Amino acid sequence: MKLNTVIELLDTDVVTGKVNLDYEVYYAYGSDLLSDVLAFVKNNVLLLTGLVHPQVIRTAELMDIKAVVIVRGKKPSQEMVTMANQKGILLLTTNHSLFTACGILYEKGLYGEEIVHDEITL
Amino acid sequence: MKLHYKVDGGAFTSAGFAAGQVKRTLRQLGISPEIIRKISIAMYEAEMNMVLHANGGNVDVELAKDYITVVLEDQGPGIEDIDRAMEVGYSTASQKVRSMGFGAGMGLPNMKRYADELTIDTKLGVGTRVELKVFI
Repeated sequence: MKLNTVIELLDTDVVTGKVNLDYEVYYAYGSDLLSDVLAFVKNNVLLLTGLVHPQVIRTAELMDIKAVVIVRGKKPSQEMVTMANQKGILLLTTNHSLFTACGILYEKGLYGEEIVHDEITL
Repeated sequence: MKLHYKVDGGAFTSAGFAAGQVKRTLRQLGISPEIIRKISIAMYEAEMNMVLHANGGNVDVELAKDYITVVLEDQGPGIEDIDRAMEVGYSTASQKVRSMGFGAGMGLPNMKRYADELTIDTKLGVGTRVELKVFI
């Protein structure tokens, strides 16, 4: 799904600029736990989260996540916005809850990647 | 190639900075994305632990022909029960840390998951040395 479509479907505000909105994400991952993102995200995902501090951007940088949607109408901290601009990561905000935002995208064909369990998680 | 970083213990924001730098360097060197991913995640979790629990420390990265090692050393309180710390879900992190999306007891398990070899030497009141090794 193209980022343009995500913006339209979730009625988001675009917080950071200079990102190619034609970029296509293959999957989405919704979580308020960054260690979970580190454990399970593999491919090119859109991250949806209610966290609004700079470690979200650090996580995105390390996981090659190009776009982050902040849910529940939360406002990102200035530090987070600055870091997202530096790293060229698209930051969006939506008033929807995490569940609803994920549901809207899922309904339009953006799914989650199968997460892989191992002896550590089970 | 050897790289050295000092991790500032005071600022939560700084955690992961060294991992980001290492990631960029490895990418420039043409290391495969899967290897970069393994080392970045393991190193980020280790750095986060250093900031959250040990007031920062030092990171030394060695890039050899067939492996990468990351050694993180701190003078923090040490890990009281290493077996429990390795369990998913066990955490001694503060509420503040938890509200940041960490402290769910996944740091050490994530390091174990992504490092090919993980060695932890810890002594109460003295500090902790974590060595992560990923084969190329």
